[in-house]
Amino acid sequence: MPGWRRARLTERTDQTATGRTLTFEVARWPGHLPGQHVDVRLTAADGYQAVRSYSLAAPADTDRIELGVQAVPGGEVSPYLADDLPVDAEVEVKGPLGGWFVWTPEEPGPLLLIAGGSGIVPLMAMLRARLASASDAPCTLLYSVRGPDEVWYATELDSAAQHTHIRRLYTRLAPADSERPAGRVTKLDLPPAEGSRCYVCGPTGFVEHVSALLLGAGHAPDQIRTERFG
Amino acid sequence: MNEQEHPLYLDGNALAGPLGEIFTTDPTTAWRLCPSCRLPATMAQLHVYGPEPGLTARCPGCAAIALRVVTQPGYLWLQLGSGAGAFRFARPHITS
Repeated sequence: MPGWRRARLTERTDQTATGRTLTFEVARWPGHLPGQHVDVRLTAADGYQAVRSYSLAAPADTDRIELGVQAVPGGEVSPYLADDLPVDAEVEVKGPLGGWFVWTPEEPGPLLLIAGGSGIVPLMAMLRARLASASDAPCTLLYSVRGPDEVWYATELDSAAQHTHIRRLYTRLAPADSERPAGRVTKLDLPPAEGSRCYVCGPTGFVEHVSALLLGAGHAPDQIRTERFG
Repeated sequence: MNEQEHPLYLDGNALAGPLGEIFTTDPTTAWRLCPSCRLPATMAQLHVYGPEPGLTARCPGCAAIALRVVTQPGYLWLQLGSGAGAFRFARPHITS
């Protein structure tokens, strides 16, 4: 297990009012699989260290990694990473981490991705890998957000919607052209089970709720993989 | 994954980093049968309660303790189950 590697911030993109994607350059990055994460370590001048986990938002691409950071008010690490870490500054990363919440294009059968809020980040890596592959198995992304202002990757998802099935499910504020009223995910939002491999990522309550819906809709427990953001 | 101020609980995916210091293979895909309720689960499926640096991983079915891990500057403590004592590993000084 390799240890900590230096990662240099090269780009920061605003996704929402508080959500950012950060691109880092990591020398000799070994590559990773869609769904994996890294641990990020910050060291203060007095030696105090803080470690947090962040999902990788894109498939492996040489020495570049893209992380998704949602700034949590009062958080010790995320507001700093989201807005204060200067471009060209370095942090340390350890990874790639996690072998269970992973999807690769070799995986057969339909793919069902269900994201809650910033839980879109690791699922975006899977969606991007799926779009870049030759796979023609059905792929569906259900993206639950409070309102239109909370959508990450809005433009990219619009073009991806020409090749895959993407639905935005608004929970509190739905735009006028939304095909459903605002509200949390229900069983009516789920596509037919059809032996899909399901990946669910988001806040803990969201993951529990959606997992129960999937089991109720006939999805096999061993076909559901989850990751909780807290 | 992302920082939350007061998460109810996370899951075993979050243990990949801390336990990666002492395992040569990814520990989160390891499979376990709960001795209390017989529910099978991978480490990734366990419910993990903080706050860091002390993490307690519990069976998603009956909440029995599967493991505890505590990370300190010089040591990593690992306890499997409850009441079985804890192993104290010296943490290597890793620099990139």
